[in-house]
Amino acid sequence: MAELASATADAPVDPANWTCPAPLRDQPVVVMGHGGGGALSAELIQDIFTPAYGNPVLAAMGDSAVLHLGGTRLAFSTDSYVVRPLFFPGGSLGDLAVNGTVNDLAMSGARPAYLSAAFVLEEGVELTVVERIARAMGAAAEAAGVTVATGDTKVVEAGHGDGVYVTTAGVGVVPEGVDIRPQRARPGDAVIVSGPIGLHGVAIMSVREGLEFGVEVASDTAPLGDLVAAMLAVTPDIHVLRDPTRGGLAASLNEIARASGTGIRMSERAIPVPDAVANACGFLGLDPLYVANEGRLVAFVPPTDAEAVLEAMRAHPQGGGAVLIGECVAEHPGMVVVATGLGGTRVVDLPLGEQLPRIC
Amino acid sequence: MKYIDEFNDPELARRLLDEIRATVTRPWALMEVCGGQTHSIIRHGIDQLLPEEVELIHGPGCPVCVTPLEVIDKALEIAARPDVIFCSFGDMLRVPGTDRDLFRVKGGGGDVRVVYSPLDALQLAQRHPDRQVVFFAIGFETTAPANAMAVHQARRLGLDNFSLLVSHVRVPPAIEAIMSAPACRVQGFLAAGHVCSVMGTAEYPDLAERHRVPIVVTGFEPLDILEGIRRSVHQLERGEHRVDNAYPRAVREAGNPAALTMLQEVFEVADRSWRGIGRIPASGWRLSEAYRDYDAEHRFDVAGIRTEEPAVCRAGEVLQGLIKPTECSAFGTTCTPRTPLGATMVSSEGACAAYYLYRRMTGQASPGAPAPQGSRIPQEEMNPVG
Repeated sequence: MAELASATADAPVDPANWTCPAPLRDQPVVVMGHGGGGALSAELIQDIFTPAYGNPVLAAMGDSAVLHLGGTRLAFSTDSYVVRPLFFPGGSLGDLAVNGTVNDLAMSGARPAYLSAAFVLEEGVELTVVERIARAMGAAAEAAGVTVATGDTKVVEAGHGDGVYVTTAGVGVVPEGVDIRPQRARPGDAVIVSGPIGLHGVAIMSVREGLEFGVEVASDTAPLGDLVAAMLAVTPDIHVLRDPTRGGLAASLNEIARASGTGIRMSERAIPVPDAVANACGFLGLDPLYVANEGRLVAFVPPTDAEAVLEAMRAHPQGGGAVLIGECVAEHPGMVVVATGLGGTRVVDLPLGEQLPRIC
Repeated sequence: MKYIDEFNDPELARRLLDEIRATVTRPWALMEVCGGQTHSIIRHGIDQLLPEEVELIHGPGCPVCVTPLEVIDKALEIAARPDVIFCSFGDMLRVPGTDRDLFRVKGGGGDVRVVYSPLDALQLAQRHPDRQVVFFAIGFETTAPANAMAVHQARRLGLDNFSLLVSHVRVPPAIEAIMSAPACRVQGFLAAGHVCSVMGTAEYPDLAERHRVPIVVTGFEPLDILEGIRRSVHQLERGEHRVDNAYPRAVREAGNPAALTMLQEVFEVADRSWRGIGRIPASGWRLSEAYRDYDAEHRFDVAGIRTEEPAVCRAGEVLQGLIKPTECSAFGTTCTPRTPLGATMVSSEGACAAYYLYRRMTGQASPGAPAPQGSRIPQEEMNPVG
């Protein structure tokens, strides 16, 4: 017979003397989860970056900032790309560096126009690798209809980097009458995703971790500016757009729910998860809702426009798999809930950091 | 995936639920032993679909939850050594030790790596002959054979820089301990199908007979779990108490002979502590005398570690099915997934974390929690991400 633990039911809680074995909020060092797009990333922004240089533009917390310059509304965004490996099925660091920033601009409804490209190269990296990445960036820029207008190069000593890091920044013009931001989600909005989810994250895992899932899974990396333009041609009144990258669909929807103070309810059976992604996630104990995407968007659209927007998306090469996955609701404000295939419900929370494969 | 889809069919699930409703005449408390089953129950909302007479009690079968604090602290100390590559399954990285977790060790410069198999760790040992490679061997009978195989291979390859930090636990002694507790409410068990696929079912008839409880070997897909519940309720209503295999596509009575041979070759049964529960006789494995050289506890001097659990944490009683997570005074207040006191709040399959999420959705107040103001989301988690 086991000796039971000594904790008692009526032990008083004394916060002053209370010791938590995992005081994550007091982490004195950066951990990988700070870059995972979840709660730890949010804390970094709130506790360090916002106090340091917070301002009303930054406070909007969109994928890109919308600036008023000389009578024009300009979308402005920047992002760093540190993916490993540099080349993977369906793309490369170069594709991500262009498409990622293009998509961040597109998520405010802007037509992306110009990019900058800054390289941090590690001593010892072969120049052919740099050339492959640069050529991939050139091709991706051409496909996205943007111009790489300026750049920078730095070299760090061997052992002080991870091969190649690329930072891109971009600008684009937001059309008149367009106001797309997470705060605009409202009860009744249709929630639409532009295609199958989880492909990018699983493609990266398949090569980084040396895992094989029976079929090759290619990243979905793609520019979404043209798709967004096609959607706006149907109605300028699209409320919210997000590209669910780090943290996957779950993180993006949680951010929107919290920013807008609405609830989001999805149907599990409506969410398009390819078999290969479902298999890989099942094997690793991961949830596809938290797996990264690089060529998908989620849109919040007034219910009266939903059908027309879906139709326009499906007619576009980047939106062929677009489906309605749920709606915005007044209940459970700030929370994302999924109706399971069996008829139950579960909460989809903001991930803490990166998703971790389970033991069994 | 068609094969798995068949075990997630809403129409078949509805029929099973109808049959459970038609069979049940009074309240029954069933324990699903395995954390994987808890995860599936919560993920598919099965607990909300059952008739109210059927109560599911979450058992101690989350290997992450029951790994003792002392072992985690030993892992943290070993992982922080500059000559060590410390390998672990991913979900152990966030489990709180006394004053940090493996993520913090990694952030502080420790070489901590997530692997998907102990054989991956073995390959690292081959590639880094100048480093000590330690694999954190936790888990039930499901993970133990592969870990045994890794040690066996290490010896065959002559690798003297590979070792295991072992915290393996066995299910049947845990069931014995739970049923022997005076306050036990459990009337039937859903036994863990993966465990039985290795060990077979021979360990269970004696337990079922002595404690007069049905033990139904159950799988992990939604229909598997509903079928396990259906068979348990059926037995309980008839006053029966036998071992029933509801997972025949994976489980044979004799188990997996090759895996059993490997276990017997490398491990021996030993007493073991379970986090939050205490010491249970013969409830674990350690490396046998012949393989003691591959035991990280022997290789690294970590015998002097003394640890203390927070007194307020009642995870042990939750793990034994004695209380619901919400009956703990720290639940949802000082203890949240963000600031876990015990391991049951750490991973999504821990019972406390699962209840925390569900409570948040339904807006039910937690004991001692401040009244919700406007939003039910705790303020600390309302930060948007750029």
